[in-house]
Amino acid sequence: MAKHNYSFYPGCSSQKGASSSNQLRSTQTICEELDIQLNDIPDWNCCSASIGYAGGGELPRLALSARNIALSEQAHPDQDIVATCAACWLATREANDRLNENSGLLANTNEALKAGGLTFKGNKKIRHFVEILIEDIGYEGLKKPVTKPLEGIKIAGYVGCQTNRPFGIDGESFENPLYLDKLIETLGAEPVENYEKKVSCCGGALMFSEPEKSQALVKDIIESAYDGGADMIVTPCPVCQLNVEVYQEQINKKYGTKFNIPSVYYSTLMSVAYGRSAQDAALNGQVIRAIKLEEIAAKS
Amino acid sequence: MSEQYRNNFLREVEANVEEGEWVKRCMQCGVCSGSCPLGPHWEHPPQELFMMIRAGKRDEVLKSSSMWMCTSCYNCIARCPRELPITHIMHGLAHYAERLGLAPKNQQTNKFAQRFWNNLSKTGRVNELKLTLSFYFMNGFMAGVKMSLNMQKVGLGMLLSKRLNPFEILGGHGCKDSKGLQAILKKAREIEDAKIAKFQG
Amino acid sequence: MADKKKLGAYICKGCGISERLDIDELAKIAKSDGKVAIAKQHDFLCNSDGVKMIQADIDAGEVSHIVIAACSRRAKTDAFRFDNVAIARTNLREGVIWVRPDTEDAKETTQEMAEDYIRMGCAEVKFMTLPSASGEQGRVDHVLVVGGGFTGLTAALEIAKAGYLATIVEKTGALGGTAAQLYKRTPVRSPFADPQDNGIADLIQQIESNDKITVHLNATVSKTEGAPGRFNADISPDIGTKTFGSIIQASGFTPYDATQLPEFSYGKTPDVVDQLGLEALAKEANGGAIKRPSDGKEVKNVVFVQCAGQRSEKEGHLSYCSGHCCMTSVKQAMYFKDANPTVDAMVIYTELRMPGAAGEDFYRNGQDKGVTFTKGIVSEVVSEAGKVSVKFKDLILNEEVDLESDLVVLATGMVANSGIDSEILLTEEDEKTEEKAEEKTEEKTIIPIVPAESILNLEYRQGPDLPQLVNGFTDSHFICFPYETRRTGIYAAGPVRRPMDMAQATEDATGAALKAIQALENAGIGRAAHPRSGDLSFPIFRKEGCTQCKRCTVECPFGAINEDEKGYPQFNEARCRRCGTCMGACPVRVISFENYSVETVGQAIKSVDMPDEFDEKPRLLVLACENDAYPALDMAGMTRREYSAFVRIIPVRCLGSVNTIWISDALNSGYDGIILMGCQKGDDYQCHFVKGSEMAHYRMSKIGDTLQQLQLETERVQTYEIAITDMERVPKIINDMAATIEKIGMNPFKF
Repeated sequence: MAKHNYSFYPGCSSQKGASSSNQLRSTQTICEELDIQLNDIPDWNCCSASIGYAGGGELPRLALSARNIALSEQAHPDQDIVATCAACWLATREANDRLNENSGLLANTNEALKAGGLTFKGNKKIRHFVEILIEDIGYEGLKKPVTKPLEGIKIAGYVGCQTNRPFGIDGESFENPLYLDKLIETLGAEPVENYEKKVSCCGGALMFSEPEKSQALVKDIIESAYDGGADMIVTPCPVCQLNVEVYQEQINKKYGTKFNIPSVYYSTLMSVAYGRSAQDAALNGQVIRAIKLEEIAAKS
Repeated sequence: MSEQYRNNFLREVEANVEEGEWVKRCMQCGVCSGSCPLGPHWEHPPQELFMMIRAGKRDEVLKSSSMWMCTSCYNCIARCPRELPITHIMHGLAHYAERLGLAPKNQQTNKFAQRFWNNLSKTGRVNELKLTLSFYFMNGFMAGVKMSLNMQKVGLGMLLSKRLNPFEILGGHGCKDSKGLQAILKKAREIEDAKIAKFQG
Repeated sequence: MADKKKLGAYICKGCGISERLDIDELAKIAKSDGKVAIAKQHDFLCNSDGVKMIQADIDAGEVSHIVIAACSRRAKTDAFRFDNVAIARTNLREGVIWVRPDTEDAKETTQEMAEDYIRMGCAEVKFMTLPSASGEQGRVDHVLVVGGGFTGLTAALEIAKAGYLATIVEKTGALGGTAAQLYKRTPVRSPFADPQDNGIADLIQQIESNDKITVHLNATVSKTEGAPGRFNADISPDIGTKTFGSIIQASGFTPYDATQLPEFSYGKTPDVVDQLGLEALAKEANGGAIKRPSDGKEVKNVVFVQCAGQRSEKEGHLSYCSGHCCMTSVKQAMYFKDANPTVDAMVIYTELRMPGAAGEDFYRNGQDKGVTFTKGIVSEVVSEAGKVSVKFKDLILNEEVDLESDLVVLATGMVANSGIDSEILLTEEDEKTEEKAEEKTEEKTIIPIVPAESILNLEYRQGPDLPQLVNGFTDSHFICFPYETRRTGIYAAGPVRRPMDMAQATEDATGAALKAIQALENAGIGRAAHPRSGDLSFPIFRKEGCTQCKRCTVECPFGAINEDEKGYPQFNEARCRRCGTCMGACPVRVISFENYSVETVGQAIKSVDMPDEFDEKPRLLVLACENDAYPALDMAGMTRREYSAFVRIIPVRCLGSVNTIWISDALNSGYDGIILMGCQKGDDYQCHFVKGSEMAHYRMSKIGDTLQQLQLETERVQTYEIAITDMERVPKIINDMAATIEKIGMNPFKF
């Protein structure tokens, strides 16, 4: 039995062949290093993220998260629910908070859940994986497995929106959270100081429906990373990672920029610093290759 | 029928829109509008929507494209001095407008969000490939091909990095108990419908 | 006492003074130049042993006048308080060693600085006499409260609770004033959710059952004369003259006359009311549905128009905010919502001003009850064919709206019942006598409907009522005079002082009650009121030298000086604040205080050892106001900011007390430059004595001619406005003057 056990909510985009499968891969790697075991919630469903609202009303969306929590309550009664995806964490935690605060909503939700043979009890804590790292392991603990410090790499810690607002990580400010910078330092790399777009929005799901407007936002995020002298951007959020990474060519075409900056998950960064292979760090999942990390991973 | 600067529409919003009971608490400082990443693209920023609701402008609010500009970044929530759950109210207004059939036709975010919901509520999980293709092809085959070509490089990159699985189109992921899930969603929808019907008398 | 002055100097060696200065030399100078009989040194003068040493000499009758050469006069005031001796403080610490570098180069000039301060202290104390109360004072434990509204009642009750007597004079036939007309008042306790009972009935009951309080209804004050401790007030009709220790003026306000707002149809239709009009409707409804005046139908929707005729520069409007009206409109909107939540109640505002935590919570509660708040500007209220509609621009939606409404409430402002504006009387008189102090740069705003009847009918040289600050309110100064007015022993409280609501009026009344008690207690023992509280000295004048020029009676910022039938000044020392503005004004120098006079300062100025012209050691004189400038200089020392060793600083009570003779004496004695440091003057003055700094600036503006006649450069005399926070600026001013002197050369009048 591992030292730290959690009821894990992987989320749709972490599935095999999906957009953040590389996050899951590298997360599993660091879990091995940190003696963390993630136990999947059996038969979990989509949280509907933030964008499901057009079709799904308040109650159906709450019911989706309530179902996941109820399943976790059954399968892992003593474990906190943990998510790696910002949207999954946010939707689940919001649902949990609101159902616990609002007895009317709770009654209606449970009435709906009954149709699927489930009940929401509401005694779970919903946590982000980063919270696990900071609160349960701690920066000291996170430093221990570092065998290949990421020396000489300057990284823009892009926190984005939903791992930051409205709940925040570790009680930090919404306007300038520092946990990602601290993590970068813990791994031996150098954070970009005063990264101006640290908590700016990448457009989220509107990258599909409003590509021009969203790409304008991403352009600023990348530009400001370059301004800070960054070699790469690191982020905890699957949507941020994707939006910042894969549209660079389109942005270059539109704005005449020459962007080509890797955007990686913190878990990839940690895997490399922990001395794991490029495969384990999911570096092969990069659309824009993180050469500097590949080089370190290749070193024996 | 809603009269100007009377409370009818506000009461409707309070009853039927997610977190709608907060609307009257807005003190018109405008911090939300100034904090929105797509602020300049809103026909009416949140602050204005709240005032329009209080001014009884039912059609103008519900037919507006404004709420569909929300990226769910939660900046407005984090900064609102009155602690209004603005993001949720925007989602709630958008949903209510769509539900009443008042939301603007051809609103891209609406269409995407609708497809997202349809996609997930069918199997319980989102199939990214089907979602993307259904969105790109929603305006017909030729438009879809054009859009896909535009996005070809993006897709190729994702494919090469094994983050887009072409075999997903044949089925892919889903909940085992999708029947149970659908029953839950159906029941939840019924409860909401009953509530709205009751308000409308 | 004056004939047997025995001088002693006590020099402290602590706080590093002895490491930086030659103390033996200082003691020697005290004896040789300062002519003291005793000059003692002590390692730690302010400790019990040092204090004991001084006290022993006093007790033994060895000394009657002492110089304490240690730290600033603002430090160690408790340790160095000795009874029955005149005391001068010489500032060797903040004024010398802390503002000079500890270098070999600087040693000589620093020592010279200290030696001069010893000479100055000795010269000053030599010309002081021990102040004692005049015997003119009276003591009456009875406060006159003018006005029987909420503020006056609260003040009277507070006075009675503290054990003193109070008499209320109320013009109308009933107590309670405006507050009694309110259906309910805004809440004063958390959660600030609902309007609460106005509390007036209970207050009146408490007043009537209190045997320390006398009430005169249908009465006015037809004449007031005297001073704190001995005010005589004639109460008309038929009550006669009564004596009081102090006075509280709680004469309240008059609601702005809404008929001056024809654009809002007030007076054209009964369905447009002001806030008091709405209170009457609410009282009538008594918790039920409020009825429309025109047809008695239930009001289904109501619009509140904020800032009606106020915060506006239009002619006939009030330029200021009346403070309470936003809260009041929220409260009144709640009257409707509490009776029937389906009534639409809308408040149209440009800025909603809900002060304090109470205000914010009350606002939120108003929103929760469903009151609609619309940011907008109302241009017109139209009354046609029995219908009323409000035309406004919604500033959020940026559109013009025409909204029909059952009832419109105008939030109009408060006009102070201040009585007669003495300044206007004075200005008229000044124009006649060509004694105008300073050109009025701004036109005085004349409030259209101020009742021109006097409230107090003061028999004062400077007018029958309290001076007004701005907009007709009888405020004084919020920083320097909390609750004070410019008439000692008379305190304004409530909306006559500034616009306010009942919660603020409660505090105001309580504050004024405490001040009134303090004033009559002080008057009883001849002590000054704020800011020189405790000072026993008072102005003395030599009648035989007086030319009846009336400058002192006109310039006294507190109206303390009357004139007798021959035009000689009559000093009412209980009215005096001891600023010395009269002393500074007197062209023949017949006014002085026992412990502060033309001589004490003049002799100090002349006592310095003046180097000759070729010594390259100029001398600069600073006359610094003891309220702000001197503390700023002390703080410069505390923070070790250096300034020129050529400067000699003398604290003065107020720049207004600076007599121009000191300037000519200084120039004649060979000073090369003179700096006057006073407080901010003008409309937003910070002068602790209101007019002192302004008077000084005016007087100094005339000294330029004199300088030119003497063929001296005008730069040699400069006047500055200093704030207490100017610790960085004051050293710079001194150093700049030193540089100026270097440039223009030494004063040729050295000898």
